[in-house]
Amino acid sequence: MTNPESCRYAKSHEWVCLEGDGAVVGLSDHAQKEITDVVFVELPKVGRKVGQGEAVAVVESVKAAFDFYAPVSGEVCAVNEELSSNPALVNQSPHDKGWFFKLKPSVPGEARQLMDHAAYQEFLKTAAH
Amino acid sequence: MGMNTAEAARRTALYGLHRSAGGKMVDFHGWELPVQYSSVMREHHAVRRACGIFDVSHMGQVEITGPDALAFLQKVNSNDAARLQDGGAMYSHLLNERGGVVDDVIFSRLGPKRFFMVVNAATADKDFAWLLKQAEGLDVEVENRSDYFGMIAVQGPLAARILSDIVPEAEPLKRFGALELELYGRDALITRTGYTGEDGFEVIVPNEISPRIWETLRASGASYGLLPCGLGARDTLRLEAGYLLYGSDIDNEHTPLEAGYGWVVKFSKEDFIGKAALEKQKREGLRRKLLGLRLSERGVPRAGAPVRFGEEQMGVLCSATFSPTLQAGIGVGYLSQPGLAAGAKVSVELHGRRIPAEIVPVPFYKSKSLGDKK
Repeated sequence: MTNPESCRYAKSHEWVCLEGDGAVVGLSDHAQKEITDVVFVELPKVGRKVGQGEAVAVVESVKAAFDFYAPVSGEVCAVNEELSSNPALVNQSPHDKGWFFKLKPSVPGEARQLMDHAAYQEFLKTAAH
Repeated sequence: MGMNTAEAARRTALYGLHRSAGGKMVDFHGWELPVQYSSVMREHHAVRRACGIFDVSHMGQVEITGPDALAFLQKVNSNDAARLQDGGAMYSHLLNERGGVVDDVIFSRLGPKRFFMVVNAATADKDFAWLLKQAEGLDVEVENRSDYFGMIAVQGPLAARILSDIVPEAEPLKRFGALELELYGRDALITRTGYTGEDGFEVIVPNEISPRIWETLRASGASYGLLPCGLGARDTLRLEAGYLLYGSDIDNEHTPLEAGYGWVVKFSKEDFIGKAALEKQKREGLRRKLLGLRLSERGVPRAGAPVRFGEEQMGVLCSATFSPTLQAGIGVGYLSQPGLAAGAKVSVELHGRRIPAEIVPVPFYKSKSLGDKK
């Protein structure tokens, strides 16, 4: 379980949580509520090198598809295989069982430039959507 | 026809109730309607397992009366209006001279010279102008009643129980039966029809009483698991049931034969608009046909996705979704090999990848609540 309050957030609603020299990423609670009914998640392959802000995964609801952008740069070292059989975990447990993938960050300090939990909550209040 | 986006969205009489119930409003052909309240999945399953109610007040209503009413309907419809008795309803296509579909409609016979037609919202104005033109020279009055009537669809295996708690007269209605009655002192029409593939009713009432009926249904249906449902569930339900969506699956350029709806074309009846073109098409054989497919891997096909048989592109999907009932991606599209049989392996392009899929019979889903009735 990643603690939502210790995660960092991108404006495109992905969270990243640093764990040792690795990082876990997923979709924010706010975003999963907006999307509702996640029925499919396409994840990147292990070993893929991704750049911050790169579209690396696709989240699909019944109605629409949404790009998932890597919140930090790095190499994908594990993906949440559970999501292929049970994509609803993104809705049920966005910060725990619904994580997307783990990566080894390649650019130190990138995560710290993202919003912290308080700033993200403030962002949600002011963001037009 | 392009929509005039500068025009303010139209609202149904139930708009306020949708907003207060948390409906997520979207623009649908110029109408502001809820796409969902809580979740497309929940609403979809409520209709398959219990009951859902839908605001379909955006749909158009046309009253057709006069000595030539039947002759007029026979002229504009591919289906045979002469087979209807009083209190019966029928699904049909209105065709142009080329056999293309002007609209798909349901009309009821209220009396020997009195009919009531329900048309699609997006095409209502076009239909009405077209119907008026076809009525020229006939002793028939064609009246657009779309602004006066609202419409609520009550759908699901428990629909009959829930509706008859409020309107006992509805209970004995048979599938495709139509009943005129008075509700809250106003003239109303109830038909045992729907667009979900479940048993159900469409309740057509003047706009001033539709909020009262909506609220009464919600209150008395709550203990049965009734949910208000939005356009999202309406679309997944109708696609599972193999129903056509005008503008996506059929239009002026596609014929009912190509759409796999040959059963609504009654060649045995006298002349009707589009008959000659369809007879010719039938003689010459189809060059494309609307076929259904199901993804063999998990994924969500979308309208516009190319469909391939081997390397050859056979067409694109015109309607597609993730099926909540089958838990699989499904879609329909006009494919250039009309003879392709169920079981044939094809592929669908999604996000630049080719996902394996299989041709399957349509409908994708058949409800027990409808039994063997069509």
